[in-house]
Amino acid sequence: MPVQYYIFLSIALFCIGVMGVLMRRNAIIIFMCIELMLNAVNLLLVAFSKMWADAGRVDAAAAQIFVFFIMVVAAAEVAVGLAIIVMVYRNTHSVDINILNRLKN
Amino acid sequence: MINLVWLVPFLPLLGFLINGLGRRYLSRSQVGITGSGVILAAFAVSVLIFLDVRQPGFQAQEVRLFDFISAGTLQIPFAFRVDQLSALFLLIITGVGSLIHIYSTAYMHDESREGFARYFAYLNLFVFSMLILVLGANYVMMFIGWEGVGLCSYLLIGFWFKNTAFNNAAKKAFVMNRIGDLGFLLGIFFMIMQFGSVSFPEVFEKAATLGLNNGIVAAIAMLLFVGAMGKSAQIPLYTWLPDAMAGPTPVSALIHAATMVTAGIYMVARSNVLYSLVPHIQAVVAIIGLATALLAASIALKQNDIKKVLAYSTVSQLGYMFLALGVGAYTAAVFHVMTHAFFKALLFLGSGSVIHAMGGEQDIRKMGGLKKYLPVTNWTFLVGCLAIAGIPGLSGFFSKDEILAHTFAHSKALYVLGLLGALMTAFYMFRLYYITFCGKFRGTHEQEHHLHESPAAMTVPLVILAILSVVGGYIGLPEVLGAPHWLAEYLSPVFAPSAPFAEAHHLQHSTEWLLMGLSTVLVILFILLARRQYGSYEDTGRGNTGLAKVLENKWYVDELYDAVIVKPLGMLSRFLQDALEKGGIDRLVNGAGRAVQWGSQQARRVQSGQVGFYIFAMVIGMIVLFVIGLLL
Amino acid sequence: MSTQQIIFLVLSAIALVSAMGVILSKNPVTSVLCLILTFFTIAGHYVMLNAQFLAVVHIIVYAGAIMVLFLFVIMLMNLNADIEPQKRNWLKYAGAISGGTLLVILVAALRDASMPTLQPGATDIGLIGNLGKTLFNKYVVPFEVSSVLFLSAMVGAVVIGKKED
Repeated sequence: MPVQYYIFLSIALFCIGVMGVLMRRNAIIIFMCIELMLNAVNLLLVAFSKMWADAGRVDAAAAQIFVFFIMVVAAAEVAVGLAIIVMVYRNTHSVDINILNRLKN
Repeated sequence: MINLVWLVPFLPLLGFLINGLGRRYLSRSQVGITGSGVILAAFAVSVLIFLDVRQPGFQAQEVRLFDFISAGTLQIPFAFRVDQLSALFLLIITGVGSLIHIYSTAYMHDESREGFARYFAYLNLFVFSMLILVLGANYVMMFIGWEGVGLCSYLLIGFWFKNTAFNNAAKKAFVMNRIGDLGFLLGIFFMIMQFGSVSFPEVFEKAATLGLNNGIVAAIAMLLFVGAMGKSAQIPLYTWLPDAMAGPTPVSALIHAATMVTAGIYMVARSNVLYSLVPHIQAVVAIIGLATALLAASIALKQNDIKKVLAYSTVSQLGYMFLALGVGAYTAAVFHVMTHAFFKALLFLGSGSVIHAMGGEQDIRKMGGLKKYLPVTNWTFLVGCLAIAGIPGLSGFFSKDEILAHTFAHSKALYVLGLLGALMTAFYMFRLYYITFCGKFRGTHEQEHHLHESPAAMTVPLVILAILSVVGGYIGLPEVLGAPHWLAEYLSPVFAPSAPFAEAHHLQHSTEWLLMGLSTVLVILFILLARRQYGSYEDTGRGNTGLAKVLENKWYVDELYDAVIVKPLGMLSRFLQDALEKGGIDRLVNGAGRAVQWGSQQARRVQSGQVGFYIFAMVIGMIVLFVIGLLL
Repeated sequence: MSTQQIIFLVLSAIALVSAMGVILSKNPVTSVLCLILTFFTIAGHYVMLNAQFLAVVHIIVYAGAIMVLFLFVIMLMNLNADIEPQKRNWLKYAGAISGGTLLVILVAALRDASMPTLQPGATDIGLIGNLGKTLFNKYVVPFEVSSVLFLSAMVGAVVIGKKED
């Protein structure tokens, strides 16, 4: 099975994530779409890892290690991000990102 | 000594700097001593130079200071030319100038300390510029001095700058001078174009090779004469001179009688070769000179301000000088410059003494009988009037008669008109004398109490100038009297190059005696007529009617200029201001500012503060980058 | 078509459909559940690609921890469909179009690349033992640093979330 299939799948998932970020106003949903994008990238990396392993390269595991670390970072990011969203909610009682326009002008 | 000729102009320049920069710190006597002292020192150097130049066989020398303009083949050095003509003018300028400076120390005494210093600074600057003018070795140097004296004239006429009328007079003088200067500049440009040089010997040499009546030489001569018309107050650019009487009287004496206005004469005399090559331009010069002489004399017949009479008299006498130049009598013109400097400065300083005694009054209808209060002024003024009228034995007689004799040899018609002008001169000058000094005093009582003779600093220069007005003529005795015409011999190297082209005038001795006798008799007759009319003058208070009214209003020339030139220019400038300036350029410039403001308002919208919008922009940016990466 | 390809197609279809479900559903809770389904399908892909360890970790961390956290926060804020703010219509279309453009461009960019085929046979790299060897031999420093990262994230989350007294 050519690796192009995985590339297209990954691109599709990524673009769906982008569309979601642009189309939704709820901060939490946007956050979730960011996670979706990260996952698309993870998928692609694992596919390339298999590709390298099939080609006989010794360091094919590096991509999987990379995925591992991406997950680490995603977890940390979610923790802090959600804490921030909760704080914003406490102050403004809304998670609408249009409300957060103090940087206007 | 000739090598030190640069001292002569630079001493007054030094005086200008000291008095100008130190005007807040120096006392009145320090300023007066500095101002007059530098001119006296310059006079001393001029005398030494003159003695050197007077040696027989003296060749004209050029003293080069530095290269002013050096552009390809055009070389214009900052150089002085010392020859007989410039040495003579040096003496006149520094000599009469120093007398007037000394006079000013007393006349301007009422000024504030700073004003006093400013006055002397300007006066020194003027003398500096005038000296550059006469010493210049090429036309550009002359023009530098030309502009400088125009500037100083403006500064000095508008000396009491708080008065708007005086400022307007100063502006008028400057603008009319400028019109003349344009002609001068065009003449210089033609000269550079045709001859590739502006240095006197080179230009004259090359012009002579072009022969008589060459078109370019005629154009140059005419344009240079336009410059002289402005500077020396000939028709049509003469109306600034009477208005220039707004300045202090010593200024009128120095600038508008003795020196600046003679710059035009000097220039034409210097360019005698050019003018002799184009006789029809010379004829134009003569006719304009004569017309001016008659016009100004007619106006002076009916003026009531003592300085205005003298101003019109100056214009008239300048006309005579140009008449002399126009008929080829260059020596006579320079002679008349010299004698006119003496007696006109004397008359102006005398009038200053009168004005000072009258506490500022200048209307002669309110004067009268002053001879018993101001004896020295009275006698010196009388001497000046006799000199200008042309009584034999005084300087004016010799110079004026020489002019009339040469005119007679050239054209009888011009002679008759010239004689008429001379008679009018005698008449109005003695009218002035009788009304001012004789008869009963017509002023107010406080003025009568105030009358006193002027201090020595004012009367001594008057006496010196009176002596010069008497003896100054003896350097130019006509041949008929059997004595050598010393001035003509002295100036012959300057005017010799034009001799081949000039028409020679020869008068028989008997004709000359006849002319002299005729003019003397008629002049004495007119003086007696004036005495009969104005000897015991009463101011009837009746206004003038008819021709007298026209003369009193200066033939309405000022009003004509106003209507034809000044008002249309005013309308044009208002139009340009409203339509072009406010509507066009302002709108463009302000529009640029408004456009930037509008643009920034639009650009501001990007900063919406909306996170969603920012992400959207990021995605668009990514897309653009990918596209570019794909395409390239 | 081989078994592998069929499984791939099925998993991909489910992944795409549930991803669409994430972005299109009005109820946030529904979005979360769709995302969890997507994660499961991706884990399936991982297994197919011989990354067994990663598949398990993926499920534990993402579906087990992160999504639960999301669900907690949504519950905390009592969000449901009727108070969900909606973007203006044209903005939604603009977003969709730009996303679609991105998709098209990326596909166009990568379409012609010649890449090798993946073998259906299994490899060893995804086994936990091998992965662990690589991790603790070559990448031990990033591993330690990631622990510091977690520490800072925890501290940050606590500090940010503290109620002001």
